[in-house]
Amino acid sequence: MAKVRTNIMVCTGTGCLANESEKVIRNLEVILKARGYAEEVQVIKTGCFGFCEQGPIVKIEPDNVFYVRVSPKDAKDIIDEHIIKGRRVERLLYVEPKQKEKINRQEDMPFYKKQLRVALRNCGLINPEDINEYIARGGYEALGRVTTEMTRDQVIEEVKKSGLRGRGGGGFPTGLKWEITKKQESDVKFIICNADEGDPGAFMDRSILEGDPHSVLEAMAIGGYAIGADKGIIYIRAEYPLAISRLNTALKQARELGLLGKNIFGTNFSFDIDLKYGAGAFVCGEETALINSCEGKRGEPNYKPPYPAEEGYWGHPTCVNNVETFANITPIIMRGAEWFASMGTEKSKGTKVFALAGKINNVGLVEVPMGITLREIIFDIGGGIPNGKKFKAVQTGGPSGGVITEEGLDTPIDYESLLERGSMMGSGGMIVMDEDDNMVNIAKFYLEFTMDEACGRCVPGRIGTRRIFEILQKITDGKATMADLDALKQLAYMVKDSSLCGLCQTAPNPVISTMKYFWDEYLAFIKDVDHPRGEGKYTAENKAEIKS
Amino acid sequence: MEILLKDNVAKDGEYMTEPQAISVTAPAAEDLPKEKFDELEAFIDSMETTKGALIAILHKAQDIFGYLPRDVQLYIARKLGIPGAEVFGVVSFYSYFTTKPGGKHTLSVCMGTACFVRGADKVIERLKEKLNVESNETTEDGLFTLKDVRCIGACGLAPVVMVDDKVYGRVREEDVDDIIREYRSQEGQQ
Repeated sequence: MAKVRTNIMVCTGTGCLANESEKVIRNLEVILKARGYAEEVQVIKTGCFGFCEQGPIVKIEPDNVFYVRVSPKDAKDIIDEHIIKGRRVERLLYVEPKQKEKINRQEDMPFYKKQLRVALRNCGLINPEDINEYIARGGYEALGRVTTEMTRDQVIEEVKKSGLRGRGGGGFPTGLKWEITKKQESDVKFIICNADEGDPGAFMDRSILEGDPHSVLEAMAIGGYAIGADKGIIYIRAEYPLAISRLNTALKQARELGLLGKNIFGTNFSFDIDLKYGAGAFVCGEETALINSCEGKRGEPNYKPPYPAEEGYWGHPTCVNNVETFANITPIIMRGAEWFASMGTEKSKGTKVFALAGKINNVGLVEVPMGITLREIIFDIGGGIPNGKKFKAVQTGGPSGGVITEEGLDTPIDYESLLERGSMMGSGGMIVMDEDDNMVNIAKFYLEFTMDEACGRCVPGRIGTRRIFEILQKITDGKATMADLDALKQLAYMVKDSSLCGLCQTAPNPVISTMKYFWDEYLAFIKDVDHPRGEGKYTAENKAEIKS
Repeated sequence: MEILLKDNVAKDGEYMTEPQAISVTAPAAEDLPKEKFDELEAFIDSMETTKGALIAILHKAQDIFGYLPRDVQLYIARKLGIPGAEVFGVVSFYSYFTTKPGGKHTLSVCMGTACFVRGADKVIERLKEKLNVESNETTEDGLFTLKDVRCIGACGLAPVVMVDDKVYGRVREEDVDDIIREYRSQEGQQ
């Protein structure tokens, strides 16, 4: 094997691919070959670096130079200047917007400074299509240790001690979920990975699967060992073709090396994983709906209990965990529960990945320790609001969450503190809004989403969300009266209290929280209050009409 | 759905919605080639078990036919020995499955939150106006099908429009005309 002196790492996450990173790679390879450097310089396709706003990202190692917004025609300069002459291509370096300084190295960039990467540890570092690169980073060592040195109870104990909680939204302790499933007496059990990421604007699960698929496969095998399942299922959105293809490659490679299949590491533990595709239904992120969908049925939720841990896939005990939850498992096994529990707050341990999007300078994927404040995420990591606009609110938890305003920015975030503020952790979507956004329109946008996605199983979900949306429509059309606002409030709490599953129980949250914090924006559509940013349709002409 | 709502509002000022118009009794508009049915049958026969495989089979069928007309749904039902209603129940539940044939190009506008707050609603309104269709409809010349899709995850490029597999990022309202013109002129050349 020829000795490679330099690696050119190019991001091939969905965001960068959409920005022609494939062409960048092709040009780099062609030019390298033409200049005769193809032997000593290698182009590596990596997973997501997280800094999607500045994509496509190209990183040169070991020089540790980070180029941003690289277009296919920049490939020539990267090779001729950087690789051959050893001169940095200044115009491709990241410029810090506040100080207007050019920054060379990834770790000096404010976007990365406050981040702590556990679940995303390999994303942007390794080639996701090569299992050897994962193994070189310590991959599958945890599975080896678990199957050969640890009992099933020890594994569960370790995960319990770490304090890891479900990253899909609910925040249920993962170790406890494993323990409950293990205790069920059954010859057949299943472990399912929930990769049905439906929150619009959240893309952490996709990035993990695209950038580091083996970390999920390995953790599923560990979970399977712990609960006593020999079969795993990954339920993934059909809208994620790249993640599906990388998972298929990863599964094939793991089977070839005997890391999945019969008698793993020479023990009598056997485990294999199947892929099941979703078909576009947000409710399938709810675990009982997901199991129904895995069985090829309409993805409607069931009443609980029985919980999936008791009666799940085809009636067998089933444990459902989220992608990001799984991505935290191997570090916990390798570095110990104490290390993991040393990060975060009292009740929420470890780190959390957030997808920063909306009116923010640095759109991208960030992983931060629990307990960091929203201000740090939005202004230090996210670089603040573009075009000199003023921050208005941030929506966490997607359509199930609520808005957090300026006054909540300094609360350390964890599962509990977000709930207290009327929002929730959710899967980690974070949409930033500036002074131009009308909050009633935002609430209407979310309700239109949940109304479309409500599965129809329960009446509050099917009809209630529709009526809420209709009232919001009436308000933004400028035709609502105060009585409609009262009805809206009442209806919102009713749907919240009486819906069958999490989807519709949380669906009114955007309405409830915007009514709480931005009541005057609702009023602006109705009463003649002087609100600077409202889009109220109220005019002197229709005053009589509204009053009557 | 929002389309029905708006029409309704304009007409009589009421805010009630109407049930979605789905016809399962209308005859299939075109002949479906036998080879495609053979391909689907071979796929189903190659499966170890069809237990719980309905969604996988429908994915394959939509790959082959491009959409899931009534005849294909009934074919699958008979092949698996289940009621046609059960197949239709699954098809109508999931937004990924479509029972109408699409145009030559699919114009998908991402309606994820990140795109929405950066103006995707204006982009899709402009497209509707320019193409004279509502979402999930095909233009008269059969060239474009307009779709509003869930987050495609390219939030860094918001708002995003996809034409088939090609992604157009940071689309402004006025860019819409250029995109349509690009595909229309390609068509003219052929």
